[in-house]
Amino acid sequence: MRFVDEFRDADKAHALAAKIAALCEPGRSYKFMEVCGGHTHTIYKHGLEDYLPEAITLVHGPGCPVCVIPMGRVDDAMHLASRPDVIMTSFGDMMRVPGSQGSFFDAKAAGTDIRMVYSPLDSLKIARQNPDKHVVFMAIGFETTAPSTAMTMLRAAAEGLSNFSVFCNHVTIIPAIKAILDSPDLRLDGFIGPGHVSTVIGCRPYEFIARDYGKPVVVAGFEPLDILQSIYMLMLQLSSGRSEIENQYSRVVPWNGNVVALKAIGETMELRPYFEWRGLGFISHSALRVREKYASMDAERLFSVPGVRVADPKACQCGEVLKGVLKPWECKVFGTACTPETPIGTCMVSPEGACAAYYNYGRMNRNRVPEAARAGQS
Amino acid sequence: MSAGSGWIEEALREHDHGERPENPGGRAALPVTDREQQVLDRIDRARRRHPRVREERITMSHGAGGKATHTLIEAIFLDAFRNPLLEPLEDAAELRVPVSSGVTSEARLALTTDSYVVSPLFFPGGDIGDLAVNGTVNDLSVAGATPLYLTAGFILEEGFPVADLARVAASMRDAAAAAGVTIVTGDTKVVQRGKADGCYVNTAGVGVLSRPVSLGVAHARPGDAIIVSGPIGDHGITIMLARGELDIEADVTSDTAPLNGLIADLLDAVPGVRAMRDATRGGVATILNEIARAADVGVLVREDDIPVRPEVRGACELLGIDPMYVACEGRLVAVVSGDSADAAVRALRGHPLGADAAVIGEVVADQPGIVRLKTAFGGTRIVDLLVGDPLPRIC
Repeated sequence: MRFVDEFRDADKAHALAAKIAALCEPGRSYKFMEVCGGHTHTIYKHGLEDYLPEAITLVHGPGCPVCVIPMGRVDDAMHLASRPDVIMTSFGDMMRVPGSQGSFFDAKAAGTDIRMVYSPLDSLKIARQNPDKHVVFMAIGFETTAPSTAMTMLRAAAEGLSNFSVFCNHVTIIPAIKAILDSPDLRLDGFIGPGHVSTVIGCRPYEFIARDYGKPVVVAGFEPLDILQSIYMLMLQLSSGRSEIENQYSRVVPWNGNVVALKAIGETMELRPYFEWRGLGFISHSALRVREKYASMDAERLFSVPGVRVADPKACQCGEVLKGVLKPWECKVFGTACTPETPIGTCMVSPEGACAAYYNYGRMNRNRVPEAARAGQS
Repeated sequence: MSAGSGWIEEALREHDHGERPENPGGRAALPVTDREQQVLDRIDRARRRHPRVREERITMSHGAGGKATHTLIEAIFLDAFRNPLLEPLEDAAELRVPVSSGVTSEARLALTTDSYVVSPLFFPGGDIGDLAVNGTVNDLSVAGATPLYLTAGFILEEGFPVADLARVAASMRDAAAAAGVTIVTGDTKVVQRGKADGCYVNTAGVGVLSRPVSLGVAHARPGDAIIVSGPIGDHGITIMLARGELDIEADVTSDTAPLNGLIADLLDAVPGVRAMRDATRGGVATILNEIARAADVGVLVREDDIPVRPEVRGACELLGIDPMYVACEGRLVAVVSGDSADAAVRALRGHPLGADAAVIGEVVADQPGIVRLKTAFGGTRIVDLLVGDPLPRIC
């Protein structure tokens, strides 16, 4: 298949594995964080770690939209959905995220009107078809999905649709990366930068990581060769003592981002003073809310939500997993009490969550390719 | 879970009381790989525990053919009906019926049933009628039986067009004729508008086991080859696109077909067939997991060798689903002894429905219970049972 197969070429992967292995200094270990959950998914789905030497560890980052939603926000959403006059719409990923009273799927089975949509625009269709109901879209995601929520709001405003609103949970990636860099628990050698977020925000916002923290960043695409090449680019930077922002995903990511998308976000949304992230706690200026100008489309203003902070179950260590401090299998309840069928924590829910990716794809003994196995030997 | 999060405490209690590895040295003292291995072993034990349904209500996942369906079947139905004929959980049950015609002997029969709720009722390549006949014919055939007689039960919604019902009946008639079976008894119920979705069909089938073989996924053993009879995922993708919700168009048609002719050719040519399954809900991935679990063996398949039409692969890439989990209605997965793999592929390819048959992997001794895939990229990953339901009401 064109535009897919060439990015999954095993021969090229072997060649890259040899180059990466050759750059490993004997006795040194390397830790790279792939910020984005989409990368985590690719790494496990294609078995990419078979190509990496033992000295290189990939640490899974917080860039999984569903994983960072705290339980309290799920409960707030459930509260909205339970109103008899409301139809809730949500992306499929969100449907299985457990709140303190169960997930959207459980609520749906019990009769609450929650519908899965593929695009936020589908919510407008539902709103038009149900003029006597109010449709609330459960908006989640980083800068990747925020523009589509913004465009949906602008479309609704242009149509004069009065029975549509957004429960806004959009978050921004930079404050989360900063929180991780400032966290004392973790020593990272570099970042595999989030590709899809960067199509919107561009590469400039990462410059502080190289400048102030001295860590290299390579913005990467989502096919397995993209990621392997990005790891090679990071290793090259380290071996030559550089820390720069590089763009491996230049076929899609413009250096300055997507101005039209940024304008749409800026028109409809503004930064919240602070927002709670699952596992990372409250981070200031890390999330978006609906602007006053669009108050009639802001579910939080239209309906009261409890807004109660709900603590995660004690046994759940999603926070440590999201920060990259724990590997999924190091969590106490991983795979026994917490499984994809009965997830206790969010990291086990989304296919982009580190725990789900490891459980579904990586729970086995691995054999490294010969090129990777030879790394660090002279 | 509408009663709150009590299940979390319950899950944690089970977790605490679960078998824990003896490790006097403490986990941290072990090298990382050993620690990880211990966790993997603990998960393996947790997965082998008796399944329990934690949900308080049925969700769509319970019908998806993946983990939730398996849990429901084992925890509710197997517990309630447990008997030696049901327990193998094969596509059809094998019955021994005493017959006396001069000398008393036994007839071996196969019995199966299946309900069809596909939406839409009519789709490229078929409709609910031929699906209902072929599905039951195939469930009997993969058990090694020659299908003979079918029943047909209809649940109709008030307001359903009679012309559509006639169309469904006509395609059932044609499918039965093509498969060489006769529909001999049936039932009709009508429910109020809104209490069903147009038309549901149930068929049951009986066949005779005349060959001296006993097939079952539990017979798989290391060294066996795993074969699929053709490109996978056609039916599921056809249905998904036929619903018109995705604005994707592709030239795909359902693969619904009766497999009894193909299977007869295979069994005639190859004595080393251990098991067959038709890859319906949950797709090929689910069957591979059933093999690994029932026989307590490892399964290793190669992504490069699994036949998938480019149109189906393209649609799957766009939708983010794995063709390994997408339903087929005219494809089978066969486990055959390693030395008869070539002969089996030849026999399948000699039949029009098996023209693209291929060996996709083998049964191995290591990592029992786990299905591994060598990806086209050259890495390795697990192929687990599916959780949740990407494609409801596929058959």
